[in-house]
Amino acid sequence: MSCDFTRTVLHGYLDGELDASRAAEFERHLESCRECATALGAEESLRSSLHGASLYERAPVSLRKKIRADLDAATAVSVALRIPAWRWLGVAAAVLIVATFSWYAWPRVQNSAASAPFTAAEIIDAHVRSLQPGHLTDVASTDQHTVKPWFNGKLAFVPPVKDFADEGFPLVGGRLDVLGGQNVAALVYSRRKHLINVFVLPTKEPDTPIHPPGARQGYQWVHWRHQGMEFCAISDVSASDLHELAQLIYQ
Amino acid sequence: MSGSDQGKGSDVLDAQDRARFEQLVLPHLDAAFNLARWLLRSRADSEDVAQEAMLRAYRFFRGFHGGDARAWLLQIVRNTCYTWLEKNRPVELMTEFDEELHPQPSTSPEALAIAGDNRERLTRALETLPPRFREVLVLRELEGCSYKEIASITAIPIGTVMSALARARQRLQRALTHASPQEASREL
Repeated sequence: MSCDFTRTVLHGYLDGELDASRAAEFERHLESCRECATALGAEESLRSSLHGASLYERAPVSLRKKIRADLDAATAVSVALRIPAWRWLGVAAAVLIVATFSWYAWPRVQNSAASAPFTAAEIIDAHVRSLQPGHLTDVASTDQHTVKPWFNGKLAFVPPVKDFADEGFPLVGGRLDVLGGQNVAALVYSRRKHLINVFVLPTKEPDTPIHPPGARQGYQWVHWRHQGMEFCAISDVSASDLHELAQLIYQ
Repeated sequence: MSGSDQGKGSDVLDAQDRARFEQLVLPHLDAAFNLARWLLRSRADSEDVAQEAMLRAYRFFRGFHGGDARAWLLQIVRNTCYTWLEKNRPVELMTEFDEELHPQPSTSPEALAIAGDNRERLTRALETLPPRFREVLVLRELEGCSYKEIASITAIPIGTVMSALARARQRLQRALTHASPQEASREL
């Protein structure tokens, strides 16, 4: 009444998990066994209805956010534990020195660089440097309310920090960087598996719209000025993705 | 003695671990959620359990030495689901639920005629299967896992994956036939 093959080997055949010789053996068997032929047809139609019924359930965006917050918490706590208390004094002192130095350095640097305060090569270098292990973020957080205050006292301006996870550009974190000899804020966003650096520095130049993207060595960047700040976003994502993020920030 | 502490301290994670985790494991969040949803049969509970499983995965991340990140994550998700079921719905795990003896009230022909939907029908049929059968079907048909991956996720010997799937499919066919008598004539 029941063929042994129907109960097992048929499924290996259906799933493409039989080796070539066993598959050939089963195909020969199929020619003579009506039970297996019928069963295979039934299994194939079951499979196609399973595949056609959109049963796969994707994680909601809210869950993704909660998990990122968990990871931040788990990372931040362990980093804090590993750095002995006296070292924090050193960190604070360094930050103070950098902040003081940059306060005095701004005007001169601004004057010497009339239009673009940095070159394409410098942007690419800074982007590539950030992708090296451990260089991406000084403050790793998807929470704009964590990243924004982190810059307080480290720079003589307040970079606008916003998470765009709902729009497909989750905030990864921020760090201090140097671009064209200036201290700048770098905001890091991710787009699928790609990372985007957005460099922000103050400017005295008037506002400019988002320029058409520049490209070199497989990287694209866009540049604009808005409300006394200069922005440059760079990544290996497509130019249209980059433009989309630029528009989100511009608004 | 502090050396043994550090050896054990896989929970000391830095920004570099975080970036690697983001790149290797986080992309499989949908797979994690989908497996939890089918094992627990509830979206709300799955959110909690998938969140917990992801954090556990992160804590164990130093113990992941490359290879199939999805299978590694799903193994943790599955364990977290079973632990949750043991605690919150132990009856579900103890009884091998038999759809012939205990037809789901919601799968009456009337309810199905109202629902009328193929997705609804398949969902209910899948949910009547015991978790051990449900999980191999979800991994194979929805997640597209190979027998090898199924074996490593569910901790069953690779040689028995094929027969587990055979039995699971038979149960599902039966559940579907019982749920819609108009199709019963087709079988036997």
